[in-house]
Amino acid sequence: MAHKKPKLAVWKFSSCDGCQLSLLGCEDELLDVAEQVEFAYFLEATRAKVSGPYDISLVEGSITTAEEEERIHQVRKQSKVLITIGACATAGGIQALKNFADVDEFISAVYAHPEYIKTLSKSTAIADHVPVDLELRGCPINKVQLLEVLGATLVGRKPNVPNHSQCMECKMSGQVCVMVAKGQACLGPVTQAGCGTICPTFDRGCYGCFGPKELSNTSALAARLGELGLDSKQRSDLFRTFNAAAEPFAKESVKHD
Amino acid sequence: MNTKNTQQNAAIVIGAAQLDDLVKVLRKDGYATIAPTTRDGSIVLEEISSAAQLPLGLVDDQQPGAYRLSKAKKPAYFDFTHGAQSWKQFLFPAKEKLWSAHKTAEGFQVEASIDAPKYAFIGVRACELAAIRIQDKVFVEGEHVSNGYAQRRKQALIVAVNCRRAGGTCFCTSMDTGPKVKDGYDLALSELTRKGVHEFLLEAGSASGQTILKRLTGRPAAAADFKAAQKASDKAAQSMGREMPKGAAKTLANHLQHPRWQDIAKRCLDCANCTLVCPTCFCSTTSDSTSLDGQNAERWRTWDSCFTLDFSYIHGGAIRRDGAERYRQWMTHKLTHWHDQFGVSGCVGCGRCITWCPVGIDITAEVRAIAKDK
Ligand code: SF4
Ligand code: SF4
Ligand code: SF4
Ligand code: SF4
Repeated sequence: MAHKKPKLAVWKFSSCDGCQLSLLGCEDELLDVAEQVEFAYFLEATRAKVSGPYDISLVEGSITTAEEEERIHQVRKQSKVLITIGACATAGGIQALKNFADVDEFISAVYAHPEYIKTLSKSTAIADHVPVDLELRGCPINKVQLLEVLGATLVGRKPNVPNHSQCMECKMSGQVCVMVAKGQACLGPVTQAGCGTICPTFDRGCYGCFGPKELSNTSALAARLGELGLDSKQRSDLFRTFNAAAEPFAKESVKHD
Repeated sequence: MNTKNTQQNAAIVIGAAQLDDLVKVLRKDGYATIAPTTRDGSIVLEEISSAAQLPLGLVDDQQPGAYRLSKAKKPAYFDFTHGAQSWKQFLFPAKEKLWSAHKTAEGFQVEASIDAPKYAFIGVRACELAAIRIQDKVFVEGEHVSNGYAQRRKQALIVAVNCRRAGGTCFCTSMDTGPKVKDGYDLALSELTRKGVHEFLLEAGSASGQTILKRLTGRPAAAADFKAAQKASDKAAQSMGREMPKGAAKTLANHLQHPRWQDIAKRCLDCANCTLVCPTCFCSTTSDSTSLDGQNAERWRTWDSCFTLDFSYIHGGAIRRDGAERYRQWMTHKLTHWHDQFGVSGCVGCGRCITWCPVGIDITAEVRAIAKDK
């Protein structure tokens, strides 16, 4: 039975392209994906542009300009399912560091001609602007999770993307806890799993790339980090990276400013 | 699988160097020999092919939220207690494929999947044996048998070891599970270091243990050897780092609305480490995956924990939304409801949940705090 392939679009807002590249990075599976969907709009992969509406839209990047604020509504209108991918799209990304500072000061420090720069004072997540069907966390996203979400969406089942702690992944993979066995600072207990336990495997604490897990008791963890020897600035810095503007992390970092 | 221990256990004394003969004999019989070894600053359980891979001369310092290994004064093989891992990860693995299915012209075909290697566990502690017995109740002796667990368990050979020192978070004495193994093993080792002589008292606890013992060379065990082993065991019993207050089951049942639950919630991260390191926790979830083309599907069982939001999801939402409810679920299940459900405590006193809790929440201290208010 010949049926029309669902149309997939990949949209970019303020971001580094790393998450879109995760899709291209699915080397072994990319052909399988291409057999199931039509890449209708994916500038990283093809110049061809097929017009909307689209069955699945993957949205990368945060909203940092007035133009983007406008454009995301257009994307939403043309998309049946809208999935945000990566820390920028789900939490504002590293560029949300500006949310904690004076943007004009940044602009005049960085650019030779500050007058050419037009930007919003805050970097915000896509879900702050339009309804989002599913958020895929990470900086960058994990390709296994991306394939899982695409596969699940195509057959119409619920994707398996747990929102439990990174610690659970450590324990399930047999990784020795770097916080307990070495006294290293780790955000794993308050971070959503998904990366594949990269940092603890390389003998480092988790940096929180996948953002806060559900019920993220950051103040209890911050107190423990203090006992492990981190001063206020170090604690604030730890919570203020790729998911700096995610609410539990933002609130915690401000406490230690 | 082991049968009940009898009075006339065969016992010999082997030199420490002959521990490797035991490993060799087990491997010759086709067992995957799993034993403690070290990785990333901790004792972990992995397959070994020689006794040289056992951690010689190490002890552990275990405190709430902290674990360190250091050099021991005596070069013994088993004077550390245990790391975060337990034998649970082999009998009840973190991830297990239950079945796979693929589309056919007529519909679809399902294939069951069981992965059951033949394990020999070397260095099983008394508390861990008690934990295995508890999981037997859950997975084999109940109404619904887990086929994978049952098969792995049936094939497994257990070489227990009697603890000579207890860890800083151990409290098996107050749970009546250790430090000396009573039954349920095939072979039991008691390490003896006397006047520079390093030996093991090796006792058989089952017919298969006896057969293996006969293939090893040693001298007959004398009364002095049993005495020395008992003395070491008594020393361990006296060095427990912790104690579970008496009547914990009742204490908790009577205080389900105690303010302490909220106090714990302020400290608890809901990270689930305690449940996953606990050798008796048995909760799991199942999830289905499909191939991109929709031709193949698989069902997997993975560890789960009462500390996750999804765990208590029923129609309309999750019922245990805050940390106090989740911690109370874990602690009352372990110490109170387990008795109703399985006729034993769900805690064997190994102390893992205390050591491996990133913020060092101590189950014994929490019971004590709640017990204080009558
Ligand atoms: S290393 Fe970090 S993420 Fe892993 S178990 Fe320890 S605290 Fe949790
Ligand atoms: S509740 Fe804690 S001390 Fe008791 S058996 Fe489980 S991990 Fe060990
Ligand atoms: S304490 Fe929690 S994870 Fe452990 S067996 Fe009970 S409900 Fe399951
Ligand atoms: S008691 Fe400790 S290990 Fe258990 S969920 Fe709370 S913080 Fe995590």
